[in-house]
Amino acid sequence: MRTDLQTISLNGTAREIPVPCTLGELLTQLDLDRRIVVVEHNRIIIRRDTLDGVSLAAGDMVEIVHFVGGG
Amino acid sequence: MSPVDPLHDLPFVIGGRTFRSRLMVGTGKYATNADMIATIDASGAEVVTVAVRRVDLDRKQEEGVLYHLSPEKYFLLANTAGCYDADEAIRYARLGREAGFNEFVKLEVIGDRETLLPDVDGLLIATRVLAKEGFQVLAYTNDDLITALRLQDAGAAAVMPLAAPIGSGLGMINPFSIRTIKRRLTVPVIVDAGVGTASDACLVMEQGVDGILMNTALAEAKETVRMAHAMRLGTDAGRQAFLAGRMPRREVAVPSSPFDGMLS
Repeated sequence: MRTDLQTISLNGTAREIPVPCTLGELLTQLDLDRRIVVVEHNRIIIRRDTLDGVSLAAGDMVEIVHFVGGG
Repeated sequence: MSPVDPLHDLPFVIGGRTFRSRLMVGTGKYATNADMIATIDASGAEVVTVAVRRVDLDRKQEEGVLYHLSPEKYFLLANTAGCYDADEAIRYARLGREAGFNEFVKLEVIGDRETLLPDVDGLLIATRVLAKEGFQVLAYTNDDLITALRLQDAGAAAVMPLAAPIGSGLGMINPFSIRTIKRRLTVPVIVDAGVGTASDACLVMEQGVDGILMNTALAEAKETVRMAHAMRLGTDAGRQAFLAGRMPRREVAVPSSPFDGMLS
């Protein structure tokens, strides 16, 4: 069976993801540990415990950030 | 009754939280993560700064600093480094709070790419917004008294005047300004940026400020662990010298040995 795809902006780059897809599922696909990253969805910060409740739509902007070395 | 410790110091408190070391360090620019950890440990720092950046989705995730820095062992202070206006800095501060483990932010709003000097207008705007949102704002700023006073009024938990530009290693450019800021503010004053070696840290602490933050002076030393040890000693030496109270400066010599008892 063919999976439908939709295009979102992920960390500034266009990316095709399946329909439907939640932010939690996106993190799993990307092999990212949700305890360590923070997700911003259309400029709104999504709390860790609500990532599974937010579904993505075509054209959404997602930013995934974490801590790196800095001064 | 136990004797009073002659080296006792006041607790180092920022935003209601007590920290064990007056030396804070950054985590940027180290050749390896092992080097970074060994250096932080040699410095004795409890507060370590980190930056918020996009996850690189094409590389493996070990680049994330949390894989190496245990939040139980260190107090992670998120910064807004690289932000050039108030809105951007506020956005990064909120992301850092969500990623992090506390309400503290080292707020930077940079105004110039060559000198990395702060944009004080943006800094004041962002400080007001973030303080209202419950952040403990540690504001990186110029060695300018008026800005420091305004940041305090805007709700900053601590004010962080620079010793010299970020990463310059020039040492404290204006001890008078640093002393004046410390004398006039009631919130803690932590000198941030610009020191190059242990004597610089010592001189900074001799001005009576509450703490010091550095990154490049450690990360770019030939032996980072040894420099961290030296900075720890320099910071402590400066602090103790300040508490001890130095002798007055005189432009004449005063002999240390008595006149009495000289042979005729």
